[in-house]
Amino acid sequence: MPIRLASLLVLLVLWQWGSGLLGSRALPPPLAVLAVVGAEARSGALAVNLGATLARVIASFTLAMALGAALGLVMGRSKMADQLLDPWLIVLLNLPALVIIVLAYIWVGLNETAAIGAVALNKLPNTAVTVREGARALDRGLDEMARIFALGRGARLRHVILPQLAPYLAAATRSGLSLVWKIVLVVELLGRPNGVGFEIGVAFQLFDVTRLLAYALPFVGLMLAMETFIVQPIERHVSRWRPHPA
Amino acid sequence: MSPAGGRTLLEVAVALKTRRAVSGESRVVLRDVGFSLGEGEVCALLGPSGCGKTTLLRLIAGLDKEFEGAVTLPARRRIGMVFQEPRLLPWRSVAENLRIAGAPPGKDLDAIVATLGLAGHLDHFPGELSLGLARRVAIARAFAIAPDLLILDEPFASLDAILARRLRTELTSLVERLRSTTLIVTHDVDEAISLADRIVVLSPAPGRVIADRRIETPRLALTPEAAADIRAELAAMMAAAHGG
Ligand SMILES: Nc1ncnc2c1ncn2[C@@H]1O[C@H](COP(=O)(O)OP(=O)(O)OP(=O)(O)O)[C@@H](O)[C@H]1O
Ligand SMILES: [Mg+2]
Repeated sequence: MPIRLASLLVLLVLWQWGSGLLGSRALPPPLAVLAVVGAEARSGALAVNLGATLARVIASFTLAMALGAALGLVMGRSKMADQLLDPWLIVLLNLPALVIIVLAYIWVGLNETAAIGAVALNKLPNTAVTVREGARALDRGLDEMARIFALGRGARLRHVILPQLAPYLAAATRSGLSLVWKIVLVVELLGRPNGVGFEIGVAFQLFDVTRLLAYALPFVGLMLAMETFIVQPIERHVSRWRPHPA
Repeated sequence: MSPAGGRTLLEVAVALKTRRAVSGESRVVLRDVGFSLGEGEVCALLGPSGCGKTTLLRLIAGLDKEFEGAVTLPARRRIGMVFQEPRLLPWRSVAENLRIAGAPPGKDLDAIVATLGLAGHLDHFPGELSLGLARRVAIARAFAIAPDLLILDEPFASLDAILARRLRTELTSLVERLRSTTLIVTHDVDEAISLADRIVVLSPAPGRVIADRRIETPRLALTPEAAADIRAELAAMMAAAHGG
Protein backbone atom coordinates (compact mmCIF):
# COMPACT_ATOMS: atom_id res chain seq x y z
CA MET A 1 0.00 0.00 0.00
CA PRO A 2 2.70 2.58 0.86
CA ILE A 3 4.40 1.76 -2.46
CA ARG A 4 1.19 2.38 -4.38
CA LEU A 5 0.74 5.69 -2.60
CA ALA A 6 4.29 6.78 -3.30
CA SER A 7 3.82 5.84 -6.94
CA LEU A 8 0.68 7.96 -7.13
CA LEU A 9 2.54 10.83 -5.52
CA VAL A 10 5.29 10.60 -8.14
CA LEU A 11 2.62 10.83 -10.83
CA LEU A 12 1.25 14.02 -9.27
CA VAL A 13 4.70 15.56 -9.05
CA LEU A 14 5.37 14.69 -12.71
CA TRP A 15 2.03 16.22 -13.65
CA GLN A 16 2.85 19.46 -11.84
CA TRP A 17 6.28 19.58 -13.44
CA GLY A 18 4.91 18.83 -16.91
CA SER A 19 2.35 21.56 -16.54
CA GLY A 20 5.17 24.05 -15.88
CA LEU A 21 6.94 22.75 -18.97
CA LEU A 22 3.98 22.71 -21.39
CA GLY A 23 2.11 25.72 -20.05
CA SER A 24 -1.12 25.58 -18.08
CA ARG A 25 -3.30 25.81 -21.20
CA ALA A 26 -2.07 22.50 -22.59
CA LEU A 27 -1.74 20.80 -19.20
CA PRO A 28 -3.28 22.65 -16.25
CA PRO A 29 -1.68 21.94 -12.84
CA PRO A 30 -3.45 19.53 -10.43
CA LEU A 31 -4.75 22.29 -8.17
CA ALA A 32 -6.44 24.13 -11.06
CA VAL A 33 -8.24 20.92 -12.06
CA LEU A 34 -9.23 20.33 -8.45
CA ALA A 35 -10.71 23.85 -8.29
CA VAL A 36 -12.94 23.16 -11.32
CA VAL A 37 -13.95 19.79 -9.86
CA GLY A 38 -14.96 21.63 -6.69
CA ALA A 39 -16.97 24.23 -8.61
CA GLU A 40 -18.79 21.61 -10.69
CA ALA A 41 -19.48 19.58 -7.58
CA ARG A 42 -20.99 22.59 -5.78
CA SER A 43 -23.26 23.44 -8.72
CA GLY A 44 -24.44 19.82 -8.76
CA ALA A 45 -23.47 19.34 -12.41
CA LEU A 46 -20.70 16.87 -11.57
CA ALA A 47 -23.03 14.53 -9.69
CA VAL A 48 -25.69 14.69 -12.41
CA ASN A 49 -23.23 13.87 -15.19
CA LEU A 50 -21.33 11.20 -13.26
CA GLY A 51 -24.66 9.66 -12.27
CA ALA A 52 -25.96 9.63 -15.83
CA THR A 53 -22.81 8.00 -17.14
CA LEU A 54 -22.65 5.49 -14.30
CA ALA A 55 -26.26 4.48 -14.89
CA ARG A 56 -25.50 3.88 -18.59
CA VAL A 57 -22.40 1.88 -17.72
CA ILE A 58 -24.31 -0.33 -15.30
CA ALA A 59 -27.27 -0.85 -17.61
CA SER A 60 -25.26 -1.73 -20.69
CA PHE A 61 -22.75 -3.79 -18.73
CA THR A 62 -25.47 -5.86 -17.08
CA LEU A 63 -27.23 -6.38 -20.38
CA ALA A 64 -24.03 -7.41 -22.17
CA MET A 65 -22.95 -9.76 -19.38
CA ALA A 66 -26.32 -11.48 -19.05
CA LEU A 67 -26.94 -11.97 -22.77
CA GLY A 68 -23.29 -12.66 -23.58
CA ALA A 69 -22.96 -15.26 -20.82
CA ALA A 70 -26.16 -17.03 -21.88
CA LEU A 71 -25.01 -17.03 -25.49
CA GLY A 72 -21.53 -18.26 -24.57
CA LEU A 73 -22.96 -21.04 -22.42
CA VAL A 74 -25.23 -22.28 -25.19
CA MET A 75 -22.45 -22.08 -27.77
CA GLY A 76 -20.00 -23.88 -25.52
CA ARG A 77 -22.38 -26.74 -24.80
CA SER A 78 -23.99 -27.25 -28.20
CA LYS A 79 -21.88 -27.81 -31.29
CA MET A 80 -24.87 -26.97 -33.47
CA ALA A 81 -25.46 -23.58 -31.81
CA ASP A 82 -21.74 -22.87 -31.98
CA GLN A 83 -21.54 -23.49 -35.71
CA LEU A 84 -24.70 -21.49 -36.30
CA LEU A 85 -23.74 -18.44 -34.28
CA ASP A 86 -19.98 -18.33 -34.58
CA PRO A 87 -19.89 -16.37 -37.90
CA TRP A 88 -22.20 -13.72 -36.43
CA LEU A 89 -19.98 -13.44 -33.43
CA ILE A 90 -16.89 -12.97 -35.57
CA VAL A 91 -18.57 -10.24 -37.60
CA LEU A 92 -19.72 -8.49 -34.43
CA LEU A 93 -16.27 -8.82 -32.85
CA ASN A 94 -14.65 -7.14 -35.83
CA LEU A 95 -17.20 -4.38 -36.33
CA PRO A 96 -15.68 -1.11 -35.05
CA ALA A 97 -17.49 0.28 -32.01
CA LEU A 98 -18.10 3.54 -33.84
CA VAL A 99 -19.98 1.79 -36.66
CA ILE A 100 -22.31 0.04 -34.24
CA ILE A 101 -22.94 3.29 -32.36
CA VAL A 102 -23.71 5.39 -35.43
CA LEU A 103 -25.93 2.69 -36.93
CA ALA A 104 -27.82 2.33 -33.65
CA TYR A 105 -28.46 6.09 -33.50
CA ILE A 106 -29.61 6.14 -37.14
CA TRP A 107 -31.83 3.08 -36.91
CA VAL A 108 -33.23 3.38 -33.39
CA GLY A 109 -33.03 7.14 -32.94
CA LEU A 110 -31.06 9.49 -30.71
CA ASN A 111 -32.35 7.99 -27.49
CA GLU A 112 -31.30 6.05 -24.39
CA THR A 113 -32.30 2.66 -25.83
CA ALA A 114 -30.00 3.12 -28.81
CA ALA A 115 -27.14 4.34 -26.59
CA ILE A 116 -27.32 1.48 -24.09
CA GLY A 117 -28.04 -1.12 -26.76
CA ALA A 118 -25.06 -0.02 -28.84
CA VAL A 119 -22.68 -0.24 -25.89
CA ALA A 120 -24.04 -3.63 -24.86
CA LEU A 121 -23.69 -4.91 -28.41
CA ASN A 122 -20.05 -3.86 -28.41
CA LYS A 123 -19.29 -5.78 -25.24
CA LEU A 124 -21.53 -8.80 -25.82
CA PRO A 125 -19.39 -10.80 -28.30
CA ASN A 126 -16.41 -10.42 -26.00
CA THR A 127 -18.32 -11.90 -23.04
CA ALA A 128 -19.77 -14.65 -25.21
CA VAL A 129 -16.35 -15.75 -26.46
CA THR A 130 -14.87 -15.79 -22.95
CA VAL A 131 -17.78 -17.69 -21.42
CA ARG A 132 -17.84 -20.12 -24.35
CA GLU A 133 -14.26 -21.04 -23.48
CA GLY A 134 -15.42 -21.76 -19.93
CA ALA A 135 -18.44 -23.75 -21.06
CA ARG A 136 -16.22 -25.93 -23.23
CA ALA A 137 -14.06 -26.70 -20.22
CA LEU A 138 -16.98 -27.74 -17.99
CA ASP A 139 -16.26 -30.93 -16.03
CA ARG A 140 -18.16 -33.84 -17.60
CA GLY A 141 -17.79 -35.90 -14.45
CA LEU A 142 -19.64 -33.33 -12.36
CA ASP A 143 -22.27 -33.08 -15.06
CA GLU A 144 -22.89 -36.81 -14.79
CA MET A 145 -22.98 -36.56 -11.02
CA ALA A 146 -25.68 -33.90 -11.34
CA ARG A 147 -27.67 -36.15 -13.66
CA ILE A 148 -27.42 -39.19 -11.40
CA PHE A 149 -28.55 -37.24 -8.35
CA ALA A 150 -31.29 -35.61 -10.43
CA LEU A 151 -30.38 -32.00 -9.63
CA GLY A 152 -32.95 -29.52 -10.91
CA ARG A 153 -32.12 -26.89 -13.52
CA GLY A 154 -31.64 -24.12 -10.99
CA ALA A 155 -29.48 -26.19 -8.67
CA ARG A 156 -27.34 -27.36 -11.59
CA LEU A 157 -26.77 -23.78 -12.70
CA ARG A 158 -26.04 -22.48 -9.21
CA HIS A 159 -23.96 -25.29 -7.79
CA VAL A 160 -22.37 -26.98 -10.79
CA ILE A 161 -22.12 -24.64 -13.78
CA LEU A 162 -21.74 -21.09 -12.46
CA PRO A 163 -18.92 -21.92 -10.03
CA GLN A 164 -16.96 -23.39 -12.93
CA LEU A 165 -17.68 -20.34 -15.07
CA ALA A 166 -16.78 -17.91 -12.27
CA PRO A 167 -13.16 -17.32 -13.36
CA TYR A 168 -14.33 -16.72 -16.94
CA LEU A 169 -17.10 -14.39 -15.78
CA ALA A 170 -14.57 -12.56 -13.63
CA ALA A 171 -12.25 -12.13 -16.61
CA ALA A 172 -15.15 -10.88 -18.73
CA THR A 173 -16.17 -8.48 -15.95
CA ARG A 174 -12.68 -7.09 -15.54
CA SER A 175 -12.08 -6.42 -19.22
CA GLY A 176 -15.75 -5.55 -19.67
CA LEU A 177 -16.12 -2.78 -17.15
CA SER A 178 -13.25 -0.74 -18.57
CA LEU A 179 -14.32 -1.41 -22.16
CA VAL A 180 -17.91 -0.44 -21.43
CA TRP A 181 -17.17 2.86 -19.75
CA LYS A 182 -14.85 3.90 -22.52
CA ILE A 183 -17.50 3.19 -25.13
CA VAL A 184 -20.20 4.88 -23.04
CA LEU A 185 -18.21 8.11 -23.23
CA VAL A 186 -18.14 7.90 -27.03
CA VAL A 187 -21.87 7.21 -27.16
CA GLU A 188 -22.48 10.26 -24.98
CA LEU A 189 -20.18 12.42 -27.03
CA LEU A 190 -22.07 11.51 -30.21
CA GLY A 191 -25.66 11.63 -29.16
CA ARG A 192 -26.56 12.30 -25.52
CA PRO A 193 -27.32 15.66 -23.85
CA ASN A 194 -25.58 14.80 -20.56
CA GLY A 195 -22.95 12.55 -18.99
CA VAL A 196 -19.18 12.67 -18.75
CA GLY A 197 -18.79 12.03 -22.48
CA PHE A 198 -21.04 14.95 -23.31
CA GLU A 199 -19.08 17.27 -20.99
CA ILE A 200 -15.82 16.15 -22.56
CA GLY A 201 -17.30 17.02 -25.95
CA VAL A 202 -18.09 20.51 -24.67
CA ALA A 203 -14.59 20.87 -23.28
CA PHE A 204 -13.19 19.79 -26.64
CA GLN A 205 -15.16 22.48 -28.46
CA LEU A 206 -13.79 25.09 -26.06
CA PHE A 207 -10.29 23.53 -26.03
CA ASP A 208 -10.67 23.54 -22.25
CA VAL A 209 -8.27 20.87 -20.92
CA THR A 210 -8.98 21.79 -17.29
CA ARG A 211 -12.66 21.01 -17.70
CA LEU A 212 -11.88 17.83 -19.60
CA LEU A 213 -9.67 16.54 -16.80
CA ALA A 214 -12.14 17.73 -14.17
CA TYR A 215 -14.70 15.31 -15.58
CA ALA A 216 -12.46 12.49 -16.73
CA LEU A 217 -10.46 12.02 -13.54
CA PRO A 218 -13.35 11.78 -11.03
CA PHE A 219 -14.96 9.24 -13.34
CA VAL A 220 -11.81 7.14 -13.55
CA GLY A 221 -11.71 7.31 -9.77
CA LEU A 222 -15.30 6.13 -9.57
CA MET A 223 -14.61 3.15 -11.84
CA LEU A 224 -11.49 2.24 -9.86
CA ALA A 225 -13.55 2.37 -6.68
CA MET A 226 -16.14 0.05 -8.21
CA GLU A 227 -13.41 -2.38 -9.22
CA THR A 228 -11.80 -2.32 -5.77
CA PHE A 229 -14.88 -2.29 -3.57
CA ILE A 230 -17.35 -4.35 -5.60
CA VAL A 231 -15.68 -6.52 -8.26
CA GLN A 232 -12.69 -7.69 -6.23
CA PRO A 233 -14.64 -8.61 -3.07
CA ILE A 234 -17.06 -10.63 -5.21
CA GLU A 235 -14.13 -12.40 -6.85
CA ARG A 236 -12.64 -13.19 -3.47
CA HIS A 237 -15.98 -14.52 -2.28
CA VAL A 238 -16.50 -16.89 -5.20
CA SER A 239 -12.96 -18.25 -5.03
CA ARG A 240 -12.91 -18.71 -1.25
CA TRP A 241 -13.11 -22.52 -1.60
CA ARG A 242 -9.74 -22.76 -3.36
CA PRO A 243 -7.26 -24.30 -0.94
CA HIS A 244 -4.59 -21.82 0.08
CA PRO A 245 -1.10 -22.84 -0.90
CA ALA A 246 0.72 -24.08 2.20
CA MET B 1 -35.58 -64.99 -8.07
CA SER B 2 -33.17 -63.55 -5.61
CA PRO B 3 -32.55 -65.00 -2.17
CA ALA B 4 -33.70 -61.70 -0.71
CA GLY B 5 -37.08 -62.89 -1.89
CA GLY B 6 -38.17 -59.61 -3.44
CA ARG B 7 -39.18 -58.70 -6.97
CA THR B 8 -36.65 -58.05 -9.67
CA LEU B 9 -35.37 -54.48 -9.54
CA LEU B 10 -32.74 -54.40 -12.25
CA GLU B 11 -32.51 -56.35 -15.45
CA VAL B 12 -29.41 -56.04 -17.59
CA ALA B 13 -29.31 -57.42 -21.12
CA VAL B 14 -26.46 -55.78 -23.00
CA ALA B 15 -25.95 -57.46 -26.37
CA LEU B 16 -23.14 -55.27 -27.61
CA LYS B 17 -21.33 -52.12 -26.52
CA THR B 18 -18.59 -50.68 -28.67
CA ARG B 19 -16.42 -47.66 -28.15
CA ARG B 20 -14.61 -45.60 -30.70
CA ALA B 21 -10.99 -44.88 -29.94
CA VAL B 22 -9.40 -41.56 -30.84
CA SER B 23 -7.74 -43.28 -33.81
CA GLY B 24 -11.22 -43.90 -35.24
CA GLU B 25 -11.43 -47.69 -35.00
CA SER B 26 -14.25 -49.01 -32.85
CA ARG B 27 -13.76 -51.92 -30.53
CA VAL B 28 -16.07 -54.16 -28.61
CA VAL B 29 -16.08 -53.40 -24.90
CA LEU B 30 -18.99 -55.57 -23.72
CA ARG B 31 -20.69 -58.53 -25.37
CA ASP B 32 -23.72 -60.49 -24.10
CA VAL B 33 -23.74 -59.29 -20.54
CA GLY B 34 -26.97 -60.31 -18.85
CA PHE B 35 -28.08 -60.66 -15.24
CA SER B 36 -30.85 -59.40 -13.02
CA LEU B 37 -30.91 -58.25 -9.43
CA GLY B 38 -33.74 -58.68 -6.96
CA GLU B 39 -34.72 -55.98 -4.51
CA GLY B 40 -32.26 -55.74 -1.66
CA GLU B 41 -29.72 -57.99 -3.32
CA VAL B 42 -26.04 -57.10 -3.00
CA CYS B 43 -24.08 -58.01 -6.09
CA ALA B 44 -20.35 -57.71 -6.65
CA LEU B 45 -19.12 -57.25 -10.19
CA LEU B 46 -15.62 -58.68 -10.59
CA GLY B 47 -13.24 -58.43 -13.48
CA PRO B 48 -9.74 -57.45 -14.54
CA SER B 49 -8.84 -53.85 -15.23
CA GLY B 50 -10.14 -52.59 -18.56
CA CYS B 51 -12.76 -55.32 -19.00
CA GLY B 52 -15.60 -52.82 -19.10
CA LYS B 53 -16.90 -52.61 -15.53
CA THR B 54 -17.16 -48.84 -15.42
CA THR B 55 -18.67 -48.86 -18.90
CA LEU B 56 -21.34 -51.34 -17.74
CA LEU B 57 -22.17 -49.24 -14.68
CA ARG B 58 -22.63 -46.18 -16.89
CA LEU B 59 -25.07 -48.10 -19.08
CA ILE B 60 -27.00 -49.26 -16.03
CA ALA B 61 -27.09 -45.77 -14.54
CA GLY B 62 -28.42 -44.34 -17.81
CA LEU B 63 -25.41 -42.11 -18.41
CA ASP B 64 -24.64 -43.81 -21.71
CA LYS B 65 -27.48 -44.84 -24.01
CA GLU B 66 -25.47 -45.86 -27.06
CA PHE B 67 -25.49 -49.66 -26.94
CA GLU B 68 -27.41 -52.64 -28.25
CA GLY B 69 -29.67 -54.25 -25.71
CA ALA B 70 -31.69 -53.03 -22.78
CA VAL B 71 -31.41 -52.08 -19.13
CA THR B 72 -34.70 -52.28 -17.25
CA LEU B 73 -35.31 -50.39 -14.03
CA PRO B 74 -38.54 -49.24 -12.38
CA ALA B 75 -39.74 -45.93 -13.85
CA ARG B 76 -39.68 -44.21 -10.48
CA ARG B 77 -36.44 -45.00 -8.75
CA ARG B 78 -33.56 -43.23 -7.16
CA ILE B 79 -30.02 -44.15 -8.03
CA GLY B 80 -27.15 -43.42 -5.70
CA MET B 81 -23.77 -43.70 -7.32
CA VAL B 82 -20.22 -43.69 -6.06
CA PHE B 83 -18.04 -42.98 -9.07
CA GLN B 84 -14.51 -44.27 -9.45
CA GLU B 85 -13.34 -40.75 -8.47
CA PRO B 86 -15.13 -38.87 -5.66
CA ARG B 87 -16.68 -36.21 -7.96
CA LEU B 88 -17.56 -33.76 -5.22
CA LEU B 89 -18.31 -30.10 -5.89
CA PRO B 90 -15.01 -28.46 -4.85
CA TRP B 91 -16.70 -25.09 -4.24
CA ARG B 92 -19.24 -26.43 -1.77
CA SER B 93 -18.61 -27.70 1.75
CA VAL B 94 -19.09 -31.35 2.65
CA ALA B 95 -22.45 -30.59 4.25
CA GLU B 96 -23.57 -28.63 1.18
CA ASN B 97 -22.40 -31.43 -1.13
CA LEU B 98 -24.64 -33.85 0.76
CA ARG B 99 -27.58 -31.46 0.81
CA ILE B 100 -27.34 -30.52 -2.88
CA ALA B 101 -27.37 -34.20 -3.88
CA GLY B 102 -30.75 -34.43 -2.17
CA ALA B 103 -29.93 -35.82 1.26
CA PRO B 104 -32.77 -34.81 3.58
CA PRO B 105 -31.40 -33.47 6.85
CA GLY B 106 -32.32 -35.53 9.88
CA LYS B 107 -31.50 -38.56 11.97
CA ASP B 108 -30.68 -40.81 9.02
CA LEU B 109 -28.17 -38.38 7.56
CA ASP B 110 -26.59 -37.84 10.97
CA ALA B 111 -26.23 -41.60 11.40
CA ILE B 112 -24.60 -42.05 8.00
CA VAL B 113 -22.25 -39.13 8.63
CA ALA B 114 -21.33 -40.58 12.02
CA THR B 115 -20.83 -44.10 10.65
CA LEU B 116 -18.43 -42.84 8.01
CA GLY B 117 -16.57 -40.64 10.47
CA LEU B 118 -17.40 -37.37 8.73
CA ALA B 119 -18.97 -35.46 11.61
CA GLY B 120 -15.85 -33.32 12.12
CA HIS B 121 -15.52 -32.50 8.44
CA LEU B 122 -18.94 -31.16 7.49
CA ASP B 123 -17.68 -27.58 7.18
CA HIS B 124 -14.61 -28.48 5.14
CA PHE B 125 -14.28 -28.03 1.42
CA PRO B 126 -13.36 -31.12 -0.65
CA GLY B 127 -9.94 -29.64 -1.44
CA GLU B 128 -9.13 -29.85 2.25
CA LEU B 129 -9.87 -33.57 2.49
CA SER B 130 -7.58 -36.54 1.96
CA LEU B 131 -8.59 -38.94 -0.83
CA GLY B 132 -9.90 -41.43 1.71
CA LEU B 133 -12.11 -38.80 3.32
CA ALA B 134 -13.35 -37.57 -0.06
CA ARG B 135 -14.25 -41.16 -0.95
CA ARG B 136 -16.21 -41.45 2.26
CA VAL B 137 -18.12 -38.25 1.47
CA ALA B 138 -18.99 -39.71 -1.93
CA ILE B 139 -20.22 -42.88 -0.22
CA ALA B 140 -22.23 -40.87 2.30
CA ARG B 141 -23.77 -38.84 -0.54
CA ALA B 142 -24.92 -41.98 -2.35
CA PHE B 143 -26.38 -43.52 0.82
CA ALA B 144 -27.98 -40.38 2.13
CA ILE B 145 -30.56 -40.18 -0.62
CA ALA B 146 -31.83 -43.65 0.41
CA PRO B 147 -31.48 -45.03 -3.13
CA ASP B 148 -33.41 -47.93 -4.59
CA LEU B 149 -30.29 -48.88 -6.49
CA LEU B 150 -26.84 -48.21 -5.12
CA ILE B 151 -23.96 -48.35 -7.59
CA LEU B 152 -20.38 -48.30 -6.37
CA ASP B 153 -17.35 -48.26 -8.66
CA GLU B 154 -14.31 -49.54 -6.76
CA PRO B 155 -15.07 -47.36 -3.76
CA PHE B 156 -12.12 -48.66 -1.74
CA ALA B 157 -9.40 -48.64 -4.37
CA SER B 158 -6.11 -46.99 -3.41
CA LEU B 159 -7.05 -46.78 0.26
CA ASP B 160 -4.83 -48.49 2.80
CA ALA B 161 -5.88 -52.00 3.80
CA ILE B 162 -7.02 -51.13 7.32
CA LEU B 163 -9.19 -48.22 6.22
CA ALA B 164 -10.60 -50.29 3.35
CA ARG B 165 -11.53 -53.08 5.77
CA ARG B 166 -13.25 -50.61 8.10
CA LEU B 167 -15.16 -48.99 5.25
CA ARG B 168 -16.26 -52.42 4.01
CA THR B 169 -17.74 -53.18 7.41
CA GLU B 170 -19.42 -49.78 7.45
CA LEU B 171 -20.76 -50.34 3.96
CA THR B 172 -22.17 -53.70 5.02
CA SER B 173 -23.93 -52.21 8.00
CA LEU B 174 -25.36 -49.36 5.91
CA VAL B 175 -26.65 -51.79 3.28
CA GLU B 176 -28.18 -53.96 6.00
CA ARG B 177 -29.94 -50.94 7.42
CA LEU B 178 -31.22 -49.33 4.22
CA ARG B 179 -31.88 -52.53 2.26
CA SER B 180 -30.84 -50.89 -1.00
CA THR B 181 -30.18 -53.09 -3.99
CA THR B 182 -26.44 -52.75 -4.42
CA LEU B 183 -24.06 -53.26 -7.31
CA ILE B 184 -20.43 -52.92 -6.34
CA VAL B 185 -17.50 -53.13 -8.72
CA THR B 186 -14.21 -54.45 -7.49
CA HIS B 187 -11.28 -56.48 -8.68
CA ASP B 188 -10.63 -57.89 -5.26
CA VAL B 189 -12.12 -61.39 -4.93
CA ASP B 190 -12.03 -61.37 -1.14
CA GLU B 191 -13.78 -58.03 -1.02
CA ALA B 192 -16.48 -59.42 -3.30
CA ILE B 193 -16.95 -62.52 -1.15
CA SER B 194 -17.13 -60.59 2.10
CA LEU B 195 -19.59 -57.98 0.82
CA ALA B 196 -21.94 -59.65 -1.60
CA ASP B 197 -24.59 -62.31 -1.71
CA ARG B 198 -24.11 -62.59 -5.44
CA ILE B 199 -20.96 -62.43 -7.53
CA VAL B 200 -20.85 -61.76 -11.28
CA VAL B 201 -17.48 -62.16 -12.97
CA LEU B 202 -16.59 -60.54 -16.30
CA SER B 203 -13.91 -61.86 -18.66
CA PRO B 204 -10.97 -59.74 -19.84
CA ALA B 205 -11.93 -57.31 -22.62
CA PRO B 206 -14.29 -57.61 -24.37
CA GLY B 207 -16.24 -58.29 -21.20
CA ARG B 208 -18.80 -61.05 -21.01
CA VAL B 209 -20.18 -62.94 -17.99
CA ILE B 210 -18.03 -65.95 -17.15
CA ALA B 211 -19.43 -66.67 -13.71
CA ASP B 212 -22.60 -65.81 -11.79
CA ARG B 213 -22.47 -67.27 -8.29
CA ARG B 214 -24.93 -66.88 -5.40
CA ILE B 215 -23.66 -67.02 -1.84
CA GLU B 216 -26.47 -68.57 0.16
CA THR B 217 -24.91 -68.10 3.60
CA PRO B 218 -25.83 -64.74 5.15
CA ARG B 219 -22.93 -62.29 4.76
CA LEU B 220 -22.08 -62.00 8.44
CA ALA B 221 -22.20 -65.76 9.07
CA LEU B 222 -19.66 -66.62 6.40
CA THR B 223 -16.84 -68.77 7.84
CA PRO B 224 -13.28 -68.49 6.55
CA GLU B 225 -13.52 -72.05 5.23
CA ALA B 226 -16.68 -71.32 3.26
CA ALA B 227 -15.07 -68.16 1.88
CA ALA B 228 -12.01 -70.15 0.80
CA ASP B 229 -14.27 -72.67 -0.97
CA ILE B 230 -16.01 -69.90 -2.90
CA ARG B 231 -12.69 -68.35 -3.81
CA ALA B 232 -11.39 -71.65 -5.16
CA GLU B 233 -14.58 -72.20 -7.11
CA LEU B 234 -14.40 -68.72 -8.70
CA ALA B 235 -10.74 -69.24 -9.55
CA ALA B 236 -11.63 -72.50 -11.30
CA MET B 237 -14.39 -70.80 -13.32
CA MET B 238 -12.02 -67.99 -14.35
CA ALA B 239 -9.30 -70.46 -15.35
CA ALA B 240 -11.81 -72.43 -17.40
CA ALA B 241 -12.94 -69.25 -19.17
CA HIS B 242 -9.35 -68.31 -19.97
CA GLY B 243 -8.57 -71.77 -21.26
CA GLY B 244 -11.67 -71.96 -23.46
N1 LIG C 1 -13.53 -42.67 -23.51
C1 LIG C 1 -13.20 -43.85 -24.07
N2 LIG C 1 -13.07 -43.96 -25.40
C2 LIG C 1 -12.75 -45.12 -25.97
N3 LIG C 1 -12.54 -46.26 -25.29
C3 LIG C 1 -12.65 -46.21 -23.96
C4 LIG C 1 -12.98 -45.01 -23.27
N4 LIG C 1 -13.01 -45.27 -21.95
C5 LIG C 1 -12.71 -46.57 -21.83
N5 LIG C 1 -12.49 -47.14 -23.00
C6 LIG C 1 -12.16 -48.57 -23.25
O1 LIG C 1 -13.23 -49.34 -22.78
C7 LIG C 1 -12.73 -50.47 -22.09
C8 LIG C 1 -13.43 -50.61 -20.77
O2 LIG C 1 -13.13 -49.52 -19.96
P1 LIG C 1 -13.69 -49.41 -18.48
O3 LIG C 1 -13.33 -48.07 -17.94
O4 LIG C 1 -15.14 -49.75 -18.50
O5 LIG C 1 -12.87 -50.54 -17.73
P2 LIG C 1 -12.90 -50.98 -16.20
O6 LIG C 1 -13.27 -52.43 -16.18
O7 LIG C 1 -13.76 -50.07 -15.41
O8 LIG C 1 -11.39 -50.85 -15.79
P3 LIG C 1 -10.76 -50.42 -14.36
O9 LIG C 1 -10.88 -51.59 -13.47
O10 LIG C 1 -9.33 -50.11 -14.69
O11 LIG C 1 -11.52 -49.22 -13.87
C9 LIG C 1 -11.23 -50.31 -21.96
O12 LIG C 1 -10.62 -51.30 -22.75
C10 LIG C 1 -10.94 -48.95 -22.46
O13 LIG C 1 -9.81 -49.01 -23.30
MG1 LIG D 1 -13.42 -48.71 -13.97
